[in-house]
Amino acid sequence: MAGYRGVLAFIETAEGKVTSTGREMLGVGRLLADALGETLDALLVGSDIEGVGRDVFSFGADRVFLVSDSLLAKYHPDLYTIAVSDACKQILPSIFLLPQDDVGRDIAPRVAAKLEIGLATDCIDLAIDPDTRLLLQTRRVYGGNATEVLVSRNAFPQLVTVKPRAMAQAKTDSNKQGEIITISVKLDASMARSKLLETVKEEIKGIKLEDAKVVVAGGRGIGGPEGFTLIHELAEVLGGAVGASRAPCDEGWVPTSYKIGQTGKVVTPDLYIAIGISGALQHTVGSLGSRCIVAINNDPEAKIFGVSDFKLVADYRDALPALINKYKEIISS
Amino acid sequence: MNIIVCIKQIMDPEIPTGKFKIDPEANRVIPSEGIPPVINPFDAQAIEVALRLKEANGANVTAITVGGQDVEDVVRYAISMGVDEGILVSDEAFKALNSFVTAFILSRAISRIGQYDLILCGRQAADRDAGHVGLMLGEMLNLPIITMAKAVTLSSDKFRVEHVITEGYQVYEVGMPALITISDEIGPPRRPSGWGVIAAAMGKEIPTWSAQDIGVNLSDVDIKSVRSETIRLFIPDSRRKGEVIQGNNVAEASANLMARLRADGII
Repeated sequence: MAGYRGVLAFIETAEGKVTSTGREMLGVGRLLADALGETLDALLVGSDIEGVGRDVFSFGADRVFLVSDSLLAKYHPDLYTIAVSDACKQILPSIFLLPQDDVGRDIAPRVAAKLEIGLATDCIDLAIDPDTRLLLQTRRVYGGNATEVLVSRNAFPQLVTVKPRAMAQAKTDSNKQGEIITISVKLDASMARSKLLETVKEEIKGIKLEDAKVVVAGGRGIGGPEGFTLIHELAEVLGGAVGASRAPCDEGWVPTSYKIGQTGKVVTPDLYIAIGISGALQHTVGSLGSRCIVAINNDPEAKIFGVSDFKLVADYRDALPALINKYKEIISS
Repeated sequence: MNIIVCIKQIMDPEIPTGKFKIDPEANRVIPSEGIPPVINPFDAQAIEVALRLKEANGANVTAITVGGQDVEDVVRYAISMGVDEGILVSDEAFKALNSFVTAFILSRAISRIGQYDLILCGRQAADRDAGHVGLMLGEMLNLPIITMAKAVTLSSDKFRVEHVITEGYQVYEVGMPALITISDEIGPPRRPSGWGVIAAAMGKEIPTWSAQDIGVNLSDVDIKSVRSETIRLFIPDSRRKGEVIQGNNVAEASANLMARLRADGII
């Protein structure tokens, strides 16, 4: 559509650095921009963020747009919605990428409503149609049973959110330079119509689930909070992290931060061990990208076996101690 | 306090994978015979929150849905769970609904209801998993929105909402009226009670509002519906080789599994 050009990626930073999700956005953004022969721009929103620009250029951005305001120091849904929508109106990109994370999930539908444009959330693949030059937006639907491809023909920018860990991270080029452009957005404190009282972190002990090379996850078949002791033990000897399907989180056996799947985290470890998990797609879509999936279940008909590389039909109470012993034996020999 | 809960009837998300069929020509799902549609589980949890707020503070709870005449069942289900009123917004023109159109129609219907203090929605529908409607609706009605709630309580005319984030949760305070979307961490919703089922079956007729009733111009609906278009729908292949690990007993099979993972260079 005339007047809309380039790819814009909403980039989040932590401690003055582009986050790993941000690098994924810039990775896919670069591919799309090159396919179109247009620029890749980054949108940074926050307070005192001027210093991060160079870091963003080194991940392939051609230009960096900054919306800097002390009111944006911490995320607030109302203020970020306004800042991002207004910046987008000024930049007029052809494609606008946000991550499907705490912030992107929260604001993208509001931005779409404000700008009266379409939206595809949680995309696992993005590409340019060479004939129409439109963005092909691929996402999972029906709990992972089906995949759909969407296009937005008449509403620009083409707005999508990108599933974390679905895209390769941008390559680095520390020599790359670019232009930093400050965008001014009118904000005042009264635009925030809710008040953040506190943030409670439910820290997972040990390695972060998303970063772990080995993930050991338990499901309803674990039967209660006690069973997770054994799961923790296996994860610990393997140097991995513990996750869960939805049921143990809903039942309160483990914190919500353990949840893997459609409404939880996405993990892509080398080894994913699913224990007592029936294998509903709503869960398995969170671990599909794992290199090797092992399923342990006492029900030989469990669906999880259909999406696993190795199947062990067994009661986990018997299997896990044996696995732990064998691993200890292997590493000590 | 007046609470409105927006609900959607969907294909049962627990449908066995083998029964899930699509029509690739029409880019749509073929409803599976013998598996009745259900209330979106996240919407049932939104009703649960509304009923808990009603029990604690007193409230009138209205459930509303948009669709064809065949979605009346989902409103009856809401009544059987204990909501006070149900509204069906239904029109021939509302056949192919996407998030934008649905949010637009709901915004008009809710404006007709008039007085409300809280709108609740499920965090997303377990069919398309987009998570659009609640947020778009809140934006269209110009309401403060808090998403992904795992607890909602009321004190001194303000809602205290625990909003789920990756690393835990955040506590927000928001006044009335507000829109809140409910996440699965709220816990299992109540089942319909015996009396509730009777009330739903015997109760008064559920009001049905047409496009005209809520002042929706059909050309507006057409314009909004083309913002995003599905050009392809297919069943992905996520099968893996599924090698069975053998052994004379569980201990032996488990040891064989670990040895195999080591031999394959996975650990």
